[in-house]
Amino acid sequence: MPVNPEIQGRQYPPTAPYLVGREKVREFARAVQATHPEHHDVEAARAAGHADVIAPPTFAIVIQQLTWNQLLDDPTAGIVLERIVHGDQRFTASRPIVAGDELTAQLTVTRVRSLGGNDMVTCETEVTDASGAHVVTATSSLVVAGEAA
Amino acid sequence: MSETANGLGELEVGRVVAERDLHLTREGLVRYAGASGDFNAIHYRDDVAAAVGLPGVLAHGMLTMGAAVQPVIDWAGPSRVLDYQVRFTRPVVVDPESGAALHVVATVGKLDEGTARIDLTVTFADQTVLGKAQVVVATDR
Repeated sequence: MPVNPEIQGRQYPPTAPYLVGREKVREFARAVQATHPEHHDVEAARAAGHADVIAPPTFAIVIQQLTWNQLLDDPTAGIVLERIVHGDQRFTASRPIVAGDELTAQLTVTRVRSLGGNDMVTCETEVTDASGAHVVTATSSLVVAGEAA
Repeated sequence: MSETANGLGELEVGRVVAERDLHLTREGLVRYAGASGDFNAIHYRDDVAAAVGLPGVLAHGMLTMGAAVQPVIDWAGPSRVLDYQVRFTRPVVVDPESGAALHVVATVGKLDEGTARIDLTVTFADQTVLGKAQVVVATDR
């Protein structure tokens, strides 16, 4: 089944709140070779004006993946994990993600287009904190390979 | 590893602000899979990678993206990053023994009121693996 072009414009319900843990931030930072003290050392983060350690800029992918799952679980979308290639990725932040944040994400499919036998699905995930304030927007293009010719 | 001293007030287009060698290993891919929750088997199983026609186990694109920005973060500070985007243009094959060596060069691409766009050139085996890799950092605070 090809990607359903009618998912363009579709918005999925906000995800359940995700509590950002301090050790998760440190674990993610180690994984991406982020050694800056504000990612690991609470005192260094507080000295820089943050409530706790702050996450590297690509940490939002952890939250965004929860919204991708909604797309994969939608039987009418026609998107199968095994056929997805990550085309591009962008994070536009209002502020860093901080340990202790309770984040909710909402995905909107902004564009679906055919591209040489493949489908390119662009989606935008808005991540907001417990007060409803914007934290980061994660924008992705997923290239969904067409059925084998 | 070489770093250029923080000089946010005296930037000019074309200036290299940071440069670094990165090393990705199979252990690092497993670590990233666990940290990120992306358990696609092409990132840690040779048989699965081969079965889908890949030249080998590939680094997660998001691992390459996440590691490539670190020289800029160490230079500018993590709170200054406002926007970061990349295009995944070429896969990074991680050898089970020797891993994969990446090289990052961060250059000032554009200066605006209160912000600077830093362009990343990320190479693996002398070929760029990320396209349009751009980090916008705040320069006014």
